Amino acid sequence: MSATKANVKKDAKAKPAKKEPDKAMATVYIMGKAYRVPADATIMGAIEYAGYQIKRGAGCREGFCGACATVYRLPGDYKIYTGMACMTLVQDGMYLSQIPAIPAQRPVYDLSELKANVQTFQKLYPEIFRCVACNTCTKACPQELEVMDYIQAAKRGDVEKVMDLSFDCLSCGLCAIRCPAEIVHYNVGILGRRLFGRYLRKNSDHLDKRIAEVKDKKFDREYKEMMKMSKDELKKKYYARDNE
Amino acid sequence: MYPEFMHDSLKKVEATRARRIELERSGKNVFPPMSAEEREDVLKKFHPDYKADSRRTIRVGPNKGEVLTTEVADMLESHTRIGAAMFDLSSPDYETDLLIVGGGGAGCAAAIVGREHGTKSIISTKLRLGDANSMMSQGGMQAAVTAKDSPTIHYLDALGGGHFDNKADLVRALTEDGPEVVKWLEDLGVVWDKNPDGSMYVLHGGGTSRKRMHSCRDYTGAIIMRTLMDEVRNHPDDIQILEFMPTIELFLDEKGRCAGGVLYNLETEEYFTVKAKAVIIATGGYGRLHIRGFDTTNHYGATGDGLVMAYRAGANLLYMDSVQYHPTGASFPEQIAGFLITEKIRGAGGQPLNKSGELFVWPREPRDVESAAFIRECLERQNGIQTPSGRWGVWLDSPVIEVIQGAGYINKNFPAMYRQFIRYNIDITKEPMLVYPSLHYQNGGVEINDRCETNVKGLYVAGEASGGVHGRNRLMGNSVLDYNVFGRRAGRYAAEYARTAVLGKLSLDHLTAYEEELQKAGIVTDRIAPVLLPSYTPEEVKKRQFTAHYEGTLR
Repeated sequence: MSATKANVKKDAKAKPAKKEPDKAMATVYIMGKAYRVPADATIMGAIEYAGYQIKRGAGCREGFCGACATVYRLPGDYKIYTGMACMTLVQDGMYLSQIPAIPAQRPVYDLSELKANVQTFQKLYPEIFRCVACNTCTKACPQELEVMDYIQAAKRGDVEKVMDLSFDCLSCGLCAIRCPAEIVHYNVGILGRRLFGRYLRKNSDHLDKRIAEVKDKKFDREYKEMMKMSKDELKKKYYARDNE
Repeated sequence: MYPEFMHDSLKKVEATRARRIELERSGKNVFPPMSAEEREDVLKKFHPDYKADSRRTIRVGPNKGEVLTTEVADMLESHTRIGAAMFDLSSPDYETDLLIVGGGGAGCAAAIVGREHGTKSIISTKLRLGDANSMMSQGGMQAAVTAKDSPTIHYLDALGGGHFDNKADLVRALTEDGPEVVKWLEDLGVVWDKNPDGSMYVLHGGGTSRKRMHSCRDYTGAIIMRTLMDEVRNHPDDIQILEFMPTIELFLDEKGRCAGGVLYNLETEEYFTVKAKAVIIATGGYGRLHIRGFDTTNHYGATGDGLVMAYRAGANLLYMDSVQYHPTGASFPEQIAGFLITEKIRGAGGQPLNKSGELFVWPREPRDVESAAFIRECLERQNGIQTPSGRWGVWLDSPVIEVIQGAGYINKNFPAMYRQFIRYNIDITKEPMLVYPSLHYQNGGVEINDRCETNVKGLYVAGEASGGVHGRNRLMGNSVLDYNVFGRRAGRYAAEYARTAVLGKLSLDHLTAYEEELQKAGIVTDRIAPVLLPSYTPEEVKKRQFTAHYEGTLR
């Protein structure tokens, strides 16, 4: 999506026939102001095409970091839509606004003192019990996660379900700004995942064994031997190694 | 949805699929891996690093006379944003033990471990905490924890991948700390993929001879990064986070020890000074410099800022002549061109194919070799597929994974990839992806030892900004491990140093000296660095910005 050309052949044979100008471009309203932008642009591409240099509102640009939360409306439609600017395509007549930051509190905690149960959620995020099960959070989620279900799971102390359902969360905060109960869902999700990882995971015995071996310097001699080898000796050893 | 002119080629992919699945199931290599000579040959002829103008000699600084990647040399031969005279250095705005430059994986790990060793720190980060390439790694983290594997086999794999140029002490640290890092992250609450019996679920990556790729679905980086950030936020008394406040230059004292830095508030455009007993540079890589015009998989902020700061302060760079192109960047659709398609796809059995639906390379060569083979297939052999915008690509067949690993595997293990493509009506459980190499990683960086120390006293570097551990080519899964291993080490050793460090007067004289060196070398340029942000403003817009003032790329 960036303005680069290394992989673009200038005299591309497969270049498409020139599109009708009105179809190639679309009008979008960025914070209420109309701009003509390429019709197949992402929202982020459109904002930059219009001339903005983004400071807040762009991050990984690939759908992982949650920096580019955007709300929009479409012509003739009363609904509020949500999306990540880097992943959502513009539509003609779209009214859009990015959300530069989500105001949210987060309690400070010591993970080593917590227990993986409902009381932990009660203590740290009591507002989840105000959930009215309206499902607005789920509808707002650009990842299409079952957000309300993981909040309900937190209310039951089902930590594994909180972990599983919130796993792909981007912390974009669109759930939190739409929630009538003023819950900050993504923080509840992070807590649930950390509780699961720390307390409810199945232990990996072979991992503990390996850590003990390293502590006992089991590999010390082998390391020292290889660190003394010449490039050619290493090369020989490398190309002779077996594959699992 | 793929355009109609690609349908013939897609049919060929389907036609060869059953045969390729048989081959995979036979347990034999689906394509012969290259010998040392074949690897060398394809790299020399097709890897972008070997193009005539891809490197040039740097004329100033500690690496003067060395041949570096052209864009890196350009960035280093540039002016500072500030002048030494602008600041009252007698009363800094902030004082702390550790100034950590960068709020990605290495920076957060350093802050957490530094605190355990009794230091307070400031994290200065250009965008938000966690806005980093660390957040974006999909496929996994290497660590030798299974009975069939050992840290020393991991060591040899990493050396071979890096063409035996890796610094031995760093590779030992990387591979020997690996198992402990898996556990450390787990205790912080990272949810690793596991087998039903609790053992770690591990896969291959390019260049690994054992299965040692640990993952969190295909949100590995996102899960680790958010866990580290969350932990950093649990210590507000000891770790201060300054967001949208990149460090733009370093302070030295009169004895040449690193002593803090100058920060720039991107929003209010104010500068602030931080006095610190030690500095850890954890600024990541440089993909947003778009080296050789390539698309990049990198974060918006990946502009190599730490390199130029450290260089002006006198730090040596290592292997800044080598660039990593990830073999599988997306080539279609246009909107996601350059985006990362995780190597875990090939680790799980995905196969690269040409336009006839045939394999042309072993799917798990080291990244530079695999990338060069893709470029050869497209440009020399003309066996690639061209997109409507003129980009080249080869197929990466994902539907084979659903057969080899079982139905539902992609949705469970590659939710991010599935989402990425289904938005454009491409269902990767049924259709392949079109891919081409994309600018991915800074193989070299500031030279460090296994304590993350540089040749500048008090200056530590960790993660992608550092150089040496990966030699001239990094293997998949070693960067996530790198930022954890060396982030932790930087935190520990910088904290130990800071405990007894006594600083003299703050100085920016090295900037003045650097400017003089530029002048003496006859370098006339309007380039300014650190670059901070790339510019994607169209030329048409710039032409109308009659009164706008640009400092480098920043308006």
